[in-house]
Amino acid sequence: MNKQLRHLSVFVLVLLAVLIGATTYWQTWAKADLAARKDNSVSLIERLTIDRGKILAADGTVLAENRKSRKHGLTIYTRHYPQNDLASQVLGYATDAGTTTGLEQSLDDYLTGANTNLSNTLKDELNRLGGKTVHGDDVHLTLRPDIQRLALDQLGGRCGAVVVLDTHTGAVVAMASTPTYNENLIAHHYPQIAKITGTCGDASALVNNATAGLYPPGSTFKMVTAAAALDSGAYTPSSRFNDPGYCTEYGKRVSNAGNPDQNGPEAFGNVSLAEGFEHSINSVFCNVGMHIGGLKILDYAKRFGFYSVPPLETPPDESAASGLYKYGKHGRSLSTPTSNSEVDSGRLAFGQANMLATPLQMAMVGATIANKGVVPKPYLVQKVVAADGSTVTKTQPQTLGQAIKPETAAELNQMMQLVVQGGTAAGIFPSSLKVAGKTGTAELGLGNVYDAWFVAFAPADNPRYAVAVVVEKQPNGFGASVSAPIAKAILEKLLAR
Amino acid sequence: MAVAVTLRNRELVALMTVGVLTAIGFATVYIALKSQISNGSLGYAVFFFGLYLVAHVVARRTVPLADPYLLPMAALLTAIGVTEIYRLGPSNAFRQGLWVVIGVAVFSATLLSLHRDYRVLERYKYVFGVTALGLIFLPRLPVIGETINGSRLWIHVGSLQIQPGELGKIALIVFLAAYLREKREVLAQGRLKDWGPLLVIWGGAMLLLFVTNDLGSALLYYGIFLAMLYVATARLSFVAAALGLFLVGSFAISRVTPHVRERIDIWLNPYPHAESSGYQILQSLYSMAHGGFGGTGLGRGIVTGPTGQQIVPDQNSDFIYSALAQELGLVGAAALLLLYMAFVVRGFQIALAATDGFSKLLAAGLSFSFAFQAFVIVGGITRVIPLTGITLPFVSYGGSSVVANFLLVAGLMLISNRANRELTET
Repeated sequence: MNKQLRHLSVFVLVLLAVLIGATTYWQTWAKADLAARKDNSVSLIERLTIDRGKILAADGTVLAENRKSRKHGLTIYTRHYPQNDLASQVLGYATDAGTTTGLEQSLDDYLTGANTNLSNTLKDELNRLGGKTVHGDDVHLTLRPDIQRLALDQLGGRCGAVVVLDTHTGAVVAMASTPTYNENLIAHHYPQIAKITGTCGDASALVNNATAGLYPPGSTFKMVTAAAALDSGAYTPSSRFNDPGYCTEYGKRVSNAGNPDQNGPEAFGNVSLAEGFEHSINSVFCNVGMHIGGLKILDYAKRFGFYSVPPLETPPDESAASGLYKYGKHGRSLSTPTSNSEVDSGRLAFGQANMLATPLQMAMVGATIANKGVVPKPYLVQKVVAADGSTVTKTQPQTLGQAIKPETAAELNQMMQLVVQGGTAAGIFPSSLKVAGKTGTAELGLGNVYDAWFVAFAPADNPRYAVAVVVEKQPNGFGASVSAPIAKAILEKLLAR
Repeated sequence: MAVAVTLRNRELVALMTVGVLTAIGFATVYIALKSQISNGSLGYAVFFFGLYLVAHVVARRTVPLADPYLLPMAALLTAIGVTEIYRLGPSNAFRQGLWVVIGVAVFSATLLSLHRDYRVLERYKYVFGVTALGLIFLPRLPVIGETINGSRLWIHVGSLQIQPGELGKIALIVFLAAYLREKREVLAQGRLKDWGPLLVIWGGAMLLLFVTNDLGSALLYYGIFLAMLYVATARLSFVAAALGLFLVGSFAISRVTPHVRERIDIWLNPYPHAESSGYQILQSLYSMAHGGFGGTGLGRGIVTGPTGQQIVPDQNSDFIYSALAQELGLVGAAALLLLYMAFVVRGFQIALAATDGFSKLLAAGLSFSFAFQAFVIVGGITRVIPLTGITLPFVSYGGSSVVANFLLVAGLMLISNRANRELTET
């Protein structure tokens, strides 16, 4: 029987050796794949044992930090947001259950110290072996909490958004979205928070209106149309128009009377393009649009960043691209016309006809005009600093290209100053604050209820900040009466000595 | 007698080494969990060493010529087990400690009663056969039988949960050793009428699978039978045919028994069942993978959530391997498996050294079953074979298992002692 015994023992040893092989597979080869799986409870809990990095505002104010507790032999770090509702939609949240949104999601690798660099990775692995806590990287944002708070207060109980950009760098100084919510309640009151719809009735506290809110830009879109008209050489600011109170498109009258943004008489008669812009005369822009064609306007819109999701650090799916939208079975989607006949060029020229834009995009338009025609690339993250104090990454301001010539930008700047001095937004800003701006009062097909816009930058002759404000569904509320005062409060605080 | 003293001294030194390792292991867990060192860990190691010292003294008196490494290996495995069980839940470690005490008592009693000549067991082969059947099928009985994780392998007596199959396994091996020793020539001729008993055993295994819904234990008992049949008859064709029958039979049963079928589906692809029936195996895999090459360190792994609930249910019994693999890493897991391999090598050496057929078959059966059981559970955890709920010998939490394995070690030491005695006498 000895031969069989030898065979059997070899067989058994092979079986056990197979187990060593299988264990090796799971613990080395498959390790990373398994760790990344969503249903992996071990990974979820491991995340809680990481001292997640802080998120700080531009002035060092802590926006997100951890609370340490020891439970069942585990040291657990739970997220805490000391500023409660200040920048909820931008920061997003990171829950104990492993759900992340906003910057907490897109910067997760930094915050958990996962992708710093090779030497840090090695250090982390050694720390782990030594049973030491992994410390994530701190993220410093460009947001100014005072401006952010002011923007929220100014929006008050209304639905809307405010975006403030540094016109030179593209740094996001403020990005407020209302309705908002206290982030510390997300863990235990998510269902209630998800039900918040705001006073407008169809907003969501969890959605960042500044990047994902798509609104008809109304007359603020005249900045883009005017840019196309001037930059293409088709018009100059002094080009003459006759305004009979309407323009004729498709054989029908498009009347000025329906435009809540316009000020002055219903029919201006003989006016210049600059005056048409100043008083937001739809018939003037309707004629411009029909003359240069919708495709030309859209081409310029693309140069400002329309038709692509602005490259912000928040998760791409929390931002929307601005542009013409069409409505189908599966909701709305971007529409890219290939001929002028597919576009309602006259109405597009004054920002209607299914043109939708985000507040961030409109702020970028303002910042571009302020920045001599160069589109600054918006960013929220100033720098990332490792736990040992070393800088992991630091944002260098970048541009997204030259949208319009510097001369065009200068002409638009002048026209926007007219709006504030004697046009649709006259009498709102003190003469000491030199502002260039454009009002917008977008019709929603809801009667006298409008989305009120104001896009501006200041100081007009040496711009530093661009602001876009939108307030949703305002009954008899216009860009000038509702949103311009918000921009005023913010610009005054920003430029106060 | 000088040989005997040398062997037993080797055993003692090895046991002392295990005692030191136990103290270190337990202190590591204690520091990780409570961030302090305590005399408790030392006391625990001393108690553990003392227990094995008793076993050693009994062995010195009764089986002086027995293999000196089996007992230390058993001690090391139980120490690893109790340490990890303590880490997963201190109260269970105390109960497991009690079972080790009972195990050592059973071990000592076995050596004391059978050291003159254990071969008397051969005479009672049918008693063992019937006992094995009874123990294996006991959990199927109403009232005392209990279904855990869909498998009916337990009985409860008062508050005690017992897996009688563990003891049934030892009885089965004794029966098979005696039966096959007697019938091996006849069986080797392969006449049709002599296939009767084999078909009966195959039928029994199938019936067992059908009533317990447990592929693993059916595989374990049937595997023991096949291994011993091969040793006895040297007919590989028998084994191949019997294995084929088993596969066909279990496939057929898996088609009609939802639980068995589910186990196979989860084995092939657990991911779609992550929230339900595949939860345990997946979290166990994740737990194992988390350890990586070096492990998290004893007591430093992630085994519970912030609310204190275990990530892997039953982690201290059937799934203890994944906890160990996480905390000791691939290095530790491989070392553990090597320990089982070393045990098997010693076991088969005893079988080779034994002079009579019964002893050879018994030693082979015991060694094979020990290693094969480790294969069935660790193979299930690592998805080499479908998962089944049986214990990892000496390591898993479970009283019946500990006692049965002490019986197994006692058996091997008795055979080893006799073989060596005959060697020195001639």
